[in-house]
Amino acid sequence: MFAYLVKRVFQAIAVMFVISLIGFAIQGNLGDPLRELVGQSVSEETRQQLRDELGLNDSFMTQYLRFAGNALQGDLGTSYFFKEPALDVILKKLPATLELVMGATLIIVGLSVPLGVYTAIKPDTILSRLIMGLSIVGISIPVFLTAIMMIFVFSVHYGWFPSFGRGDVVHVWGYWETNFLTADGWMHIILPSFALASIMLPLFIRLIRSEMMEVLQSEYVKFAKAKGINPRRIYFLHALKNTLLPVITVGGVQIGTMVAYTILTETVFQWPGMGFMFLEAVNRVDTPLIVAYLIVVGFIFVVTNTIVDLIYGLVNPTVNIARMGA
Amino acid sequence: MSLLSVRDLTVKFAMRENTVTALNGISFDVAKGERLGIVGESGAGKSITGFALMNLLSRPGFIDSGQIMFEGEDVVGMNDKQLRGMRGNRMAMIFQDPMVTLNPVLTIGQQMIETLMAHRKLSREEARQIAIVKLREVYIPSPEDRLDQYPHELSGGMRQRIIIAIALLLDPQLIIADEPTTALDVTIQADIMELLLELCQSNQVGLILITHDLGVVSQMTERTLVMYAGRIIESGRTREIINDPQHPYTQGLINALPQQTLPGQRLKQIPGNMPSLTNIPPGCPFNPRCEYATDLCRSRIPEISHFGEVEVACHEVQRLQSNDARQEAKA
Repeated sequence: MFAYLVKRVFQAIAVMFVISLIGFAIQGNLGDPLRELVGQSVSEETRQQLRDELGLNDSFMTQYLRFAGNALQGDLGTSYFFKEPALDVILKKLPATLELVMGATLIIVGLSVPLGVYTAIKPDTILSRLIMGLSIVGISIPVFLTAIMMIFVFSVHYGWFPSFGRGDVVHVWGYWETNFLTADGWMHIILPSFALASIMLPLFIRLIRSEMMEVLQSEYVKFAKAKGINPRRIYFLHALKNTLLPVITVGGVQIGTMVAYTILTETVFQWPGMGFMFLEAVNRVDTPLIVAYLIVVGFIFVVTNTIVDLIYGLVNPTVNIARMGA
Repeated sequence: MSLLSVRDLTVKFAMRENTVTALNGISFDVAKGERLGIVGESGAGKSITGFALMNLLSRPGFIDSGQIMFEGEDVVGMNDKQLRGMRGNRMAMIFQDPMVTLNPVLTIGQQMIETLMAHRKLSREEARQIAIVKLREVYIPSPEDRLDQYPHELSGGMRQRIIIAIALLLDPQLIIADEPTTALDVTIQADIMELLLELCQSNQVGLILITHDLGVVSQMTERTLVMYAGRIIESGRTREIINDPQHPYTQGLINALPQQTLPGQRLKQIPGNMPSLTNIPPGCPFNPRCEYATDLCRSRIPEISHFGEVEVACHEVQRLQSNDARQEAKA
């Protein structure tokens, strides 16, 4: 177990190294940071001097090492706009985004398993066809359009849900703000969560359905039937457990992807998360903040994937974590 | 009364445009404790027969007509609950490939105990004890430890023994073994067959052994059915069928055995292939491959004729017999 963990962590570090390299390389290509720092009136001579002082004339390698060294100490640069450490700005926005992703994940997990299993077991019913048809629609419509339509229908037309913001939030553990402790918070998070889930949910329904249908054709399911086992047990134990193995792997990657998808959802719902912040940072050419965002999102990606791999090992008996890497 | 009595069983497959007949009115009996072999090439309908007996055909296959009387009840007319009560309990099945028959994510113990608990009111611990006894019967070393293992931790031969133990868990009256050793190593094949024979004999369990291996059939079974393109073309006592096959197809199968050929000689094979189910020739389905085929064979499906205890579906069997007699006289 320990050896596997160490191996997996080393892989994660290697991936983070590549991400930081890419993030840093972008920084050098997003316009001249000096133009953002100083006005028009500064002379070329002073600019050169500033450049030397900021280390912008050093070689790429030196600059990168300095950047990486700082990053390891939690310093991802200072936002031009907020005049604060970029990481602090992001961490302040992180809870909102993570709660949104959490909301969407709950919806996806809660709905995709029963719907996927149902459409696999009874593929010919009208309800199954309806679910499959709607799932195609869901996949095809871009998130921002779904979000706008949801606002139009549920906020403007029916007035059931608020159309923007987080509503009442409660502070927990010092700085974390949560939506899940007030009724108003719940009302605010429902629409954005569904909007964010609108692409992944149909994808997962279809994935679970096709995996399940394949598993139902397998010899071990036939054998279970030949043993006289109750169909419910065959579906929900024999078949579902095998179905979920590949789904877990894909799921982990998708949770990471969802963090990135929040950019669109947060913008439409004016959700004060880091996706919304990122778009603002791009508009303001706030390079350090953009790079810091990339690295934080990359980090979240790597962490979720590593956790998912570990979970997979625990669920799948053919992957023996205890012996792997030894 | 026989244990199993199949009458005019017809199985069809509903394809997109038409239905295809996979089993064409087959009839046979299995007595209590009797061992019956079903032989034939791939595609003859052997496995379909096995699954039809369990009423376990998966779509698009279905039983079109006929009767399967098992212990006095018609399997064809049973509802789902009755079928579940029969499967694994009174009639059990052993599948072809032990590597894919057991569920990879459940332990051996889970897969055995659930079978017992599906049919009998037992506590988990009681079921566990029965499972251990059955594993010991199939010569699995340290059965207590095996129960907590997953299938991938065991070899193919070991897994097939466990599958046999699962089939025997509830002391069924009939076991259907669908090519139980084709996926195994040659050295293990004989062990598994010997085990199966021993267990069937000592427990008075009926066995239907589906195989394409005539050698296995001659060792294991008392009676044999030879199938071709969804029909039974010859049936009778195994010894007679092996020693004195009547149907040209059965003769071809036996001549194709390596034992019938001298070293260095080419194996004798039956020319051509089994027709596909969508394209069965008119008349006797074997006629395009048969060296004795006449116009009658090409136009009419042969009736079953009796020769002592052997039943043969062939128009030319009389002539073949007199040929044999003449050759023997010459010799």
